[in-house]
This record gives sequence, structure tokens and C-alpha cells, in this order.
Amino acid sequence: MIRAVETDVAATDADSSVAVKTIRVRVLRQDAPGRESYWERHDVPYEPNMNIISVLQKIAAKATSADGRAVPPVAWDCSCLEEVCGSCTMLVNGRTRMACSALVDKLLVENADEIVIEPMTKFPVVRDLVVDRRRLFRSLERVKAWVPVDGSYDQGPGPRISPKEQEDAYPLSTCISCGCCLEACPQFTKIEVIRRDDESQEEFDARRKAAFDKGFLGAHAISQAMLFNAHPTGGMIADERLKAVTSQGGIQMCGNAQNCVAVCPKQIPLTRSIARAGRAATLWAIKRLFDR
Amino acid sequence: MSQPRVLVIGGGLAGLSATMRLAELGIGVDLVSLVPVKRSHSVCAQGGINSVNSLTRQQGDSEWKHFDDTVYGGDFLQHQPPVKEMAEWGPRIIDLMDRLGVPFNRTPEGFRDQRRFGGTLYKRTAFAGATTGQQLLYALDEQVRRYEVEGKVKKWEFWDFLEPVLDESGRCRGAICQDLVTMQFRAFPADAVILASGGCGLLYGRSTMSMVCTGSAVSRAYQSGAAYGNGEFIQVHPTAIPGADKLRLMSESARGEGGRVWVPRIPQDSRDPRQIPEAERCYFLEERYPKYGNLVPRDIATREIFDICTNEGLSVEKDRLCVYLDLTHLSRETLDRKLGGILEIYEKFQGVDPRSVPMKIFPAVHYSMGGLWVDYERSGSGGMVEGSPRNHQTTIPGLYAIGECDYQYHGANRLGANSLLSCIFSGLFVAPSVISSFDLARGWGGGGHSGQVFERATGRQEERHESFLSRRGGRENPYSLHGELGDIMTRAATVVRRNDQLRKAYDDVCRLEERWRECSLSDTGNWTNQNVVFTKSLGDMFPIAKVILKGALLRDECRGAHYKPEFAMPGIAATSPDEQRREAEAWCDRFERNTAKWLKSSIAKVGPDGHPEISYEDVDSSLIPPRPRLYGLVGAELIEEVWKERQAARTPASAEAAGRQPMTVGAG
Ligand SMILES: Cc1cc2nc3c(=O)[nH]c(=O)nc-3n(C[C@H](O)[C@H](O)[C@H](O)COP(=O)(O)OP(=O)(O)OC[C@H]3O[C@@H](n4cnc5c(N)ncnc54)[C@H](O)[C@@H]3O)c2cc1C
Ligand code: SF4
Ligand code: SF4
Ligand code: FES
Repeated sequence: MIRAVETDVAATDADSSVAVKTIRVRVLRQDAPGRESYWERHDVPYEPNMNIISVLQKIAAKATSADGRAVPPVAWDCSCLEEVCGSCTMLVNGRTRMACSALVDKLLVENADEIVIEPMTKFPVVRDLVVDRRRLFRSLERVKAWVPVDGSYDQGPGPRISPKEQEDAYPLSTCISCGCCLEACPQFTKIEVIRRDDESQEEFDARRKAAFDKGFLGAHAISQAMLFNAHPTGGMIADERLKAVTSQGGIQMCGNAQNCVAVCPKQIPLTRSIARAGRAATLWAIKRLFDR
Repeated sequence: MSQPRVLVIGGGLAGLSATMRLAELGIGVDLVSLVPVKRSHSVCAQGGINSVNSLTRQQGDSEWKHFDDTVYGGDFLQHQPPVKEMAEWGPRIIDLMDRLGVPFNRTPEGFRDQRRFGGTLYKRTAFAGATTGQQLLYALDEQVRRYEVEGKVKKWEFWDFLEPVLDESGRCRGAICQDLVTMQFRAFPADAVILASGGCGLLYGRSTMSMVCTGSAVSRAYQSGAAYGNGEFIQVHPTAIPGADKLRLMSESARGEGGRVWVPRIPQDSRDPRQIPEAERCYFLEERYPKYGNLVPRDIATREIFDICTNEGLSVEKDRLCVYLDLTHLSRETLDRKLGGILEIYEKFQGVDPRSVPMKIFPAVHYSMGGLWVDYERSGSGGMVEGSPRNHQTTIPGLYAIGECDYQYHGANRLGANSLLSCIFSGLFVAPSVISSFDLARGWGGGGHSGQVFERATGRQEERHESFLSRRGGRENPYSLHGELGDIMTRAATVVRRNDQLRKAYDDVCRLEERWRECSLSDTGNWTNQNVVFTKSLGDMFPIAKVILKGALLRDECRGAHYKPEFAMPGIAATSPDEQRREAEAWCDRFERNTAKWLKSSIAKVGPDGHPEISYEDVDSSLIPPRPRLYGLVGAELIEEVWKERQAARTPASAEAAGRQPMTVGAG
């Protein structure tokens, strides 16, 4: 993936050999939930080795749009800046990706005229590029994405695990909960619940949770279900996970479009997890039929 | 409050393990974090986590040796009982994380695999691929999510801790926090508050740390009266990838596999590095340390790279300090097999393939050994008394600190892979201590005055917040002030420290703080206003910056990460054996004098004028007597010989010392 654009070293390292001096950036902004979104242009001085985070930092520090108006800084999420915390997902030039590993030099090769930055579309916008991704974590609760240990007292080591099993599990366990797979999935559609004036926080939370639970789980959660079902202790509640994976909003919604796997920044084999989940769900359904 | 409730600030490894334990013990937990806890900075740790294990044990390793390595690596500047306790808990902690599903790498037979890290002879480090911190964090996050579903934990993600709330007697009764989306304030009454807010790398502008590592929570506790220990000890990692936004860690293993560090002899030679002939390259580590070459210890590598760029002006680039770390002489196949993961990081963020072009690297601030002063109760066997309400309590009763934000385990220098252990250990260990503290905290909160204390604190925070939003026409921009602070701190308080520079930096930081009061915001709204949140946390960086600078200024010696050339103790220069012997004796005399004077932790408390007041605390080194760290010193063998002779002559005395009680600062 990285080698797709073989940028010449000299071109990325020496300012002089790059033609662009100013990067034209277009940002889709929105002041708060329920407000109209609007485009805003920013000019950012080019520097070698920039990523989208440093572009946004410059926009925040300057707080002036390309047409010279003082504007509030664009809001966005980030933390680790090394593509491991999952905070900074956004659409850059129309593609869902992590802003911290989106390198300007490469984006300019794609399109030298401008860089377009938008918030994810499958999650409610909080402000500008900040979206509310709590549904993503709710899906992890739905599939019980944990090992059901007795507790944290000393009980000796965990189960023996072969290198092969570890090598299978590890990639699934590197999911950073970024939501790229959900943004790209045609079956995962936005659920936005607005709090009513007459509603308490608790009532609102419950209503929102119920709305989430009707929606599609998402590839990330299906993959986590498979991760924990494959673990010797995790597998002790495999049936409960399969039940979640086959209930409303479960795997039957997946159209196998495979968009998810193509955008996952961690190259997690999502379609393999989905196929496994499908097979396991079928077997489980048959087993239940006979157990009745 | 009928049901006891604990407020935990921070959901990294430390905060999550405390939360898990408390929930398991039936205590309700409110867990507050700036970011969803799964995105905490702990996720960045790559290398691994240390513990004795059955394999190393058979090679002669023991908990005691892990304890000894940690104390020696930290240049003896930590109380020994907590470190001993931690080393003893190590095996249990790894077993627990294993049971929670962490995909540790495996041996062919299915046991956990281990690797060797710096500062030890044993393969003590368990690891999960190249993302051990991530895997440990996720396992704890999953358990806490399970308790959340059961209603035992309530998470408050995207919330900022603003101040601990203290009652008339000075006991912590909860905290005021702010919702980062709606900007609403909320009082959290609690039977105890645990700070697990991580490091403070952002004080240095850019570091290897995450953007949330502002140190703001710790600073707010310090400004409310909590003492801060050993602030001057900041670990700088020799090799990081300088980026405009962050300095990303480049693992030591690049040098371990044969990477060579060099600069062009012609300052800022503009040629493609591959075109520069061997003779025109300066392999300065190999030239200066023929014996160790590129694998000199971390602190030496850091200092030399820093020196060649700043003092000799041989940085590869003019505007940005860096040197080459060259792997291009190694075969692609070897590199991919041995270093695949870390080379991908370079390639991903620099857009350059380090297999064919030398990498550009520079040291970067990496870890804070210092942090909130915390107490402990020593047990008869020289460890900690489990469940004592004193363990991990700050100088404010009822306010606890764990993880990177306490000062407890790493002394003057942290060993690789020891931090993940101290974070999980302190999280698990603090839970029963906090629970025993409830008894001491009884008898308050029934009357009406408890409400008033919270109201007053909330009012104070609201007022402060409004004053930021309403400030107009200020000339200063918080983001550029942050850049300036980073420059000052990086120049004066990292690798090489000089008193004149530290003094000047202190004044500069004070001036910067004044200018910060002139900041005006470009966002004056009250919805997801990141501008005001950043400006507040910037303001809270100055008090800690002053603690670091003043601590460094006062400490006239070299210890661990704190290096002042003026007070360095050079090795042996003489050539005749007699002279050499005399020099070694003199070296040991000086070492003993220095130990007597400086084997003390600095303890900073905020003074009435806002400047830190620093006092010193003796270190409980009753279990392992301090000895010199001689690695890389000329004449080390002879000095060691003299040292051992002296120790042997003194054995009865040191046995007596072992019975000494720990000395801690008065505040208990
Ligand atoms: C690149 C890198 C690699 C590393 N590799 C290793 C390694 O291999 N082995 C090792 O042992 N150590 C390693 N370390 C060190 C180790 O990762 C950290 O010391 C450790 O993860 C700190 O954990 P913590 O729980 O104390 O804090 P963190 O994980 O930093 O969590 C802090 C928490 O506090 C919250 N918080 C902070 N301020 C506030 C506030 N004002 N209000 C509310 N919440 C707040 C944050 O949101 C977060 O949840 C590495 C460090 C770095 C930078
Ligand atoms: S394969 Fe399934 S989960 Fe993945 S994008 Fe397609 S529909 Fe969505
Ligand atoms: S599966 Fe991949 S794309 Fe989806 S949330 Fe996890 S890391 Fe992101
Ligand atoms: S900032 Fe953490 S993934 Fe981009």
C-alpha cells in the first residue's frame, strides 16, 4: 500500500523541488448537531513531510480563512499521531482514513489543486470534524467482546496457546476502533438520536442505546466476536456471541460488499472474520434446531 | 453517599486496572477521561512488559534481581520497598493479563515468549507483536466495559478534570470536571479520587507522547497543594523520528541490528546521503566509543547526538536538528525479517523507505520519572503493606496517584518495559488501599456544608472559564506560546543541563506565563470549544515547567537522566598504576560525598507566590545499598575494585542500615 506512490526522496525532502508553496484546503464545517454544514477554504503554507494533523494544527493556529476572515479554529479529534489510537478518522479527498497517517506529499500527488477534508458521514457530527462514535463501542458490548474471567485474583497463567493461534488472533486484536470499516460499509447507516427537551439524560441514553441495537453491528464487532470465540476462555460464551451476531442488526445484514476490508488502516482480515462468523452462525442455528 | 464511590481520572493502563479492581471489590466507579479510554496514550507502547518468569528463574533470575536492576537503573533515587513489591507482583500481573486474553507472542510449545531489554541480562520482557501497550490496554478496557454493562462503572469520556475539591480539613472529597462537548461543569462527589492521568510530554512541545499528555490534571492537583516529586527527571529517548507534529519513537532495535549513526563532515552537506563518500562521513559514536560503537547506553547516545548537532553544528539539516541512522548497508531481506514493523512506521510517516535511504533521527522527550509525590507503608519484609490507606496517597488525604503521573518506581531513570508494569501494578495495588481509606473519611457529607464546598468550586471554575471566553483584544496566540514553551524546555531541560541556561529558562517561562494571561481565543463559543480547553491546559503547563526547571537548577550533580557536565565525574585519566589507584580512591570518595548530599528526592510544593518551593526527602535505600553506575566509564574496573573493597570493609554497618525505618516527608 505504501509503495503505491513512489515519491522521490529528493522531492519530499527538499522544499525547493516541490512546486506547491501553499496548500489549498477545503474543510466541511458544522457548528453543532442539527446545524447546516458549510465549506470553508484555508491556505496553508507548504512544508515537507506534513500530514493532515499538521495541516489542521496550522489552520487552528491561524484561525483565518483563505478569504481573510477571522474564523473559529476547526475542531477535530486526535491523540497518538501514530495511527494506533483510532481518534482521527475523517474523509480526506473523499476517502475515509486516519488523518495522522495521511501524508500531504502523497495527497498532492493524487490531486495537486486542493485537499478536501470532511467529517465521517455515518456518525452524528458533534462539531466540524468531530463525530460521535459511541455506537461503535456499543457494538462491542452487544457481542460481549471480552474474556469472561472469574476475576483479577491470581489464578496462575492463562491457557496454552499455539503460535499459530496467536498469529491468527493478533491481527484481529489490533483493531483501533477507528470506524473506517463502518464509514465504507453500505449496510451501516447513520443513526442520530436527538435529546428531547422533556427527557432526562438517563431516558435519552436508554432510547439511544435501543436505537443503536436495531442497527447493523458493523464489521469491526463481528470480527471481535470471532476473536473472542477463538480464545479458549473467551469461547466459553461463544453461543452468547453467536446469538448477538445473528440477532437484529447482525451478520445477515452484511451484503459482502467487502468495502470494509479495503479501507481498514490496520489491514484486518475482516472478510475472513465475516465468513467465519457466517459459517459459525449457520452451524449454531442447525445445532439449536436439533437441541430443541 | 451510602454506597461508596470512587472517582478515577484517566483510563490508561493505570486507571483501567484500578477501575477493574474496584468494581470487582464492589465499589462504584466514575471513570473520567479526556479521550475514550481505549484511545489513551498507553496504546502507543510497543516494546513489552517486564517480569521474572519461570524460564529466567532457571537461569538464576529472581524477583530480587528485577528489583535490583530497577533500582540500579534508576540510580537509587527511589524508595526501595514499593519497587520490591512491584517486582514481586510482576509474575502475577503477566499471568493475569494472559488470562484476560492478551495475545502474547508464543514459543513453539505454546508458552509465552520473552525478549531481552536494556538494563538486564535476562529475557524478562513479555510482548505482543509490536504493540504490547495496545494489547494490554485493550484487555483492561474490555474488562471495564464488562463492568460498565453490569452498571458498576460509569464512564465519562471527553471530560476534563479541573480541580480536586477539598473540605475544610483539607481532605479530598471529589472533583470538578467539564464536559468537552457541551462545556458544562459537573461536581463529582467521591469517597476518594485517584489520578491516573499519565505523563506531561507536551510541556516540551513535541515528544514521543500523545496529544493528551499535557500534564494538566497533575498540575491542577499540584496547584491545589499536592507535592510533586523528582520533577527534574525526564527521560529522553535517543532515537525518534522528528515530525512537524510529533516525534515518533524509533526503537533501539534498529541499532541493535547493525544500524550506524553518522553525520556528514561538511556541515549541512546538501548532497543525497547515498552520494556522500565514507571518508566524508563522521560515524561519531563509533569514533568516540570504539568498544560499544552504536550500541552505547541510551543516555550516552542521546547526549552525543545532541552534542554533535547543537555544539558542533553538524546537524544534517539547518532548520531541524537530526542525524542519520543508516541501515542501507544491510540486506532488504534481513531488514524485513528483523525490523519489518518499525521500518513500516518510518515509511508510513516519512514517506521514505529506510531500506534504501538513511533515516533522519533525533532524541526526543519520552517519559517523566517525576510526578505526584505518593506515600506508602513499609511492611516487615521490606515491601508494602497491602491495603494500607497510605499507599499511593498524595499529600492531600483522599487523593491518590498511580501510573506515570506518580513519582514512585523509576527514580532518576526508567528501564525499558518497566513502566507498563508499574502502571498495572499501582492500579491493582491502590484499590484495597483506597477502600481502607473510606473509614478515615467518614463523618462528613451529611451536613449542608458539603454542598457548599462543591458549589463554590464549580462557581470558581465557571468564572475562570468565562474570563477566558470574554477576554478580548489579547495579543497572544496560545498555539504559538506552546511552541515557545516547548523550545525553552527542550533547550534547557533535556539532555545536557547548565545552570545559566536553566536560570534563564526559568525566567523565560515566567515571562511566557505572563504573556499567556494576554491570550485571546479565536473561539468564544460554548460548544466543543477545543481552543479554550487547550488554552487552559497550556496555562497549567507553566507550574510544572517551573518545578522541572527549578529542580534541575538546584540539583548540582549527575544522576540518571539528569546530566550537568559541570558536575560530571570523569573516569581515570592517569597512566601509572599508582596514580590510577589514587584516582580511583578519589573517585569513590567523591561518589560517597555526593551520595550523602544528593541521594534525595526533590519535593516541590507550590508557594504562595506561585513559585515552587523545593525541599528534599531521604530515600529508603535500606534493602540495596547504593553503588556507582560505571557503565562506559574509563577505568571502571579499577573503580569497581576499590568500591568493592570498601563495601567489604563496611559490611556490619550496612546490615545495621537495613533495619532503618523509611523516611518520608512530614505530610504523611
Ligand atoms: C512511544 C512510547 C512507547 C513506550 N513503550 C513502552 C514500553 O514498551 N514499555 C513500557 O513499559 N513503557 C513504555 N512507554 C511508557 C508507557 O507507555 C507509559 O508510561 C504508560 O502507558 C502510562 O500509562 P498511564 O496509565 O499512567 O497513563 P496514560 O495511558 O497516558 O493515560 C492517561 C489517561 O488520563 C487521562 N487524562 C489526562 N489528563 C486528563 C484530564 N485533565 N482530565 C481527564 N482525563 C485526563 C487521559 O485521557 C488518559 O485516559 C512508552 C511510551 C511511549 C511514549
Ligand atoms: S462486507 Fe459486510 S461489513 Fe463489510 S462493507 Fe460489506 S456489507 Fe459492510
Ligand atoms: S476493523 Fe479496521 S477499520 Fe474497522 S474499526 Fe477496526 S481498525 Fe478500524
Ligand atoms: S491520532 Fe491516533 S490514530 Fe490518528
